[in-house]
Amino acid sequence: MGKIIQKRVLIPERVTEMTVEAPMIAARAKPGNFVVMRLHMKGERIPLTIADADPEKGQIVIVYLIMGKTTALLDTMKEGDVILDLCGPLGRPTSIKKQGTVACVGGGTGIAALHHIAKGNFQAGNKVVSVIGARSRDLLLFKPELEKISHEVLVSTDDGSLGHKGMVTEVLQEYLDRDPEVKEVIGVGPVPMMRSVAKVAQPYNIRTLVSLNSIMVDGIGMCGSCRVNVGGEIRFACVEGPEFEASQVDFDELMMRLQAFRSQEKESMELFEKKELS
Amino acid sequence: MPEKAKKKIRPRVSMPMLDAVERGGMFSEVALGYSLEQAVAEAGRCLQCKKPTCIKGCPVDVDCKSFIRLLGRKDLEGAFAKIKETNSLPAICGRVCPQENQCEKTCKLRPTGQPIAIGRLERFVADNYYAHTSCEEETGAEACVPVDENLRVAAIGSGPSSLTLAGYLAANGVKVSVFEALHSPGGVLLYGIPEFRLPKSVVQREIDSLKNLQVDFLCNYVGGKSVTLPELFQQGYKAVFLGVGAGLPRFMNLPGENLIGIYSANEYLTRVNLMFGYKFPEYDTPVPPGRNVVVIGGGNVAMDSARTALRLGAKRVRVVYRRTKGEMPARQEELEHALEEGIELEILSSPLSFHGDDQGVLNKMVLQRMELGRPDESGRRKPVPIEGDTFTLDTDLVIMAVGTGANMVLTQTTPELELNERGYVWADPETGETSMNMVFAGGDIVTGAATVVEAMGAGRRSARAILQRLKG
Repeated sequence: MGKIIQKRVLIPERVTEMTVEAPMIAARAKPGNFVVMRLHMKGERIPLTIADADPEKGQIVIVYLIMGKTTALLDTMKEGDVILDLCGPLGRPTSIKKQGTVACVGGGTGIAALHHIAKGNFQAGNKVVSVIGARSRDLLLFKPELEKISHEVLVSTDDGSLGHKGMVTEVLQEYLDRDPEVKEVIGVGPVPMMRSVAKVAQPYNIRTLVSLNSIMVDGIGMCGSCRVNVGGEIRFACVEGPEFEASQVDFDELMMRLQAFRSQEKESMELFEKKELS
Repeated sequence: MPEKAKKKIRPRVSMPMLDAVERGGMFSEVALGYSLEQAVAEAGRCLQCKKPTCIKGCPVDVDCKSFIRLLGRKDLEGAFAKIKETNSLPAICGRVCPQENQCEKTCKLRPTGQPIAIGRLERFVADNYYAHTSCEEETGAEACVPVDENLRVAAIGSGPSSLTLAGYLAANGVKVSVFEALHSPGGVLLYGIPEFRLPKSVVQREIDSLKNLQVDFLCNYVGGKSVTLPELFQQGYKAVFLGVGAGLPRFMNLPGENLIGIYSANEYLTRVNLMFGYKFPEYDTPVPPGRNVVVIGGGNVAMDSARTALRLGAKRVRVVYRRTKGEMPARQEELEHALEEGIELEILSSPLSFHGDDQGVLNKMVLQRMELGRPDESGRRKPVPIEGDTFTLDTDLVIMAVGTGANMVLTQTTPELELNERGYVWADPETGETSMNMVFAGGDIVTGAATVVEAMGAGRRSARAILQRLKG
């Protein structure tokens, strides 16, 4: 349990994919689920979405953006190393039913998390239209993987190096205009992107979900760190989410709360980079 | 008791304490514990009643009279064995039980105001025994009932109810596996109760002693998620005990409640206790800083949060409670310790709203002044707002200690479990059996937030029922 089987750099010094031995998690993992991990005895617990699971091999795939001390430390680990604590699958899985066309919208590292959801929809017999975006072609993740499980993959880049030049939500809007059969939109990515997905999809009256990435400690419904405001009520992303109805989410508050420990996160990262912390 | 007799009663031997000023900056345990002389002197005050009433006050049936008699004779091993007959976690109970409402309340000396300090004596016996006994001795061949590997019981959650159940069953030859969702066992004893009240080494010691009885602890298993009830029965477990504890923290749904700087007590204490956030950055998990701290609530969790904040460098800590000091549900001793340390009370007040800067960082809160009206269902006088009487407090850290709701992870994934009207798991009050055959439950998942020893009592009742069903 927890052994790193394969490590693949997706974007150098930015995003890495790991295949991890976790038979019990792989056997149960459903799209939308996440794991919580702790790397060492003094480590923090961080949630990471399960990007893929292979129950037969007993392996799960995680993809992380190196954004703080713990992900930086994770990135120093090699194939064969063991993740100290790995707990999951956590969170409510995406509710997937056969319903027709589903638009899966992903941005940045969120595309990896989106992959598992798109795959689940594909396997359920839905028409999957994946709409993905990044700053540039080199930073676009999981396009080949998504092509295998999507009927169509639409791409946007900020610099126009691949696909539409501009925002991923512009591509979504254009698609929603031309295909009235879309039954559901799912957005996973940076908060501004998800807010934009909510806004773009609203006029079409389509069920629209977003997967929220709030700060967690235990990840099992005990601490309330991950609380988000959905429809004016406090909801807990770890056990009631991470997916919520997009139009109901207070994205401004989510953005604000993600900054809660910014100064400590910075301090920890700087000490790690100076090799004063392991 | 007649006046004359009252005068003869020697007062309780007082507990050695860390100095209130000194301890403000440290996490060391506050109550230091009796010496042997002090313990024997206190035990000597016991009347050794023909018909003892102390035992009736104990949720786990500790034979207080007998262990105190043995202690009085300096037979510490005998005293420990007597306590262990019914209590798997004596070092913990001796520290965190509200004895004033239990054994010491039913002690015949209570009317004198000087009941026997049963809790302190229990703690002394347990600490002394552990300090002088190696683990091997503790499980010497004589004491051990051989564990039957085929007679297996699973406990989900590793807090006080599961630990008690495990101790009882293991001592009776049942193989117990304890599944814990977090990365270390102990449940609320670990993440909730701070070091200065219950040192983590004490919890570890009790867990190690269970391991010596061949109890297995499996961490990172979430009941209902990574391990489901039907699977456990398929794997050969004959019974399952659910001791998963309380769940989501309650908030008050007030404006500004999600600002940066407002935390549930669960989160604040978990960051400090389980994750060692007070040692940040050596440990990775940060703790929110607070110089001017307000804790909302009047229970033990509120006291623990307030005293923790003080130790983490707060200049001022206020506990806001909507009733008065007399109605506070916190243990009297905890409240006294908190006040000694300089925690201030803001009684008859209730928060109305929270306010922050343009970054969403909390800087003040508005409160409503209350007064006590007629008694409510709980028998306590109900606090009612005094119209128009509000006030503002400057604060950079608010800790909400207003209770917890039911844990939804298990119930979400196990719809067969019948719930009671409050949303907790329904269990037979005598046996703890739930609506599912051979599935038992106890502790906060059944009762809602309660005390450590009540959870232990439930664990013990279920263990007894399970043993009867397994062995007839």
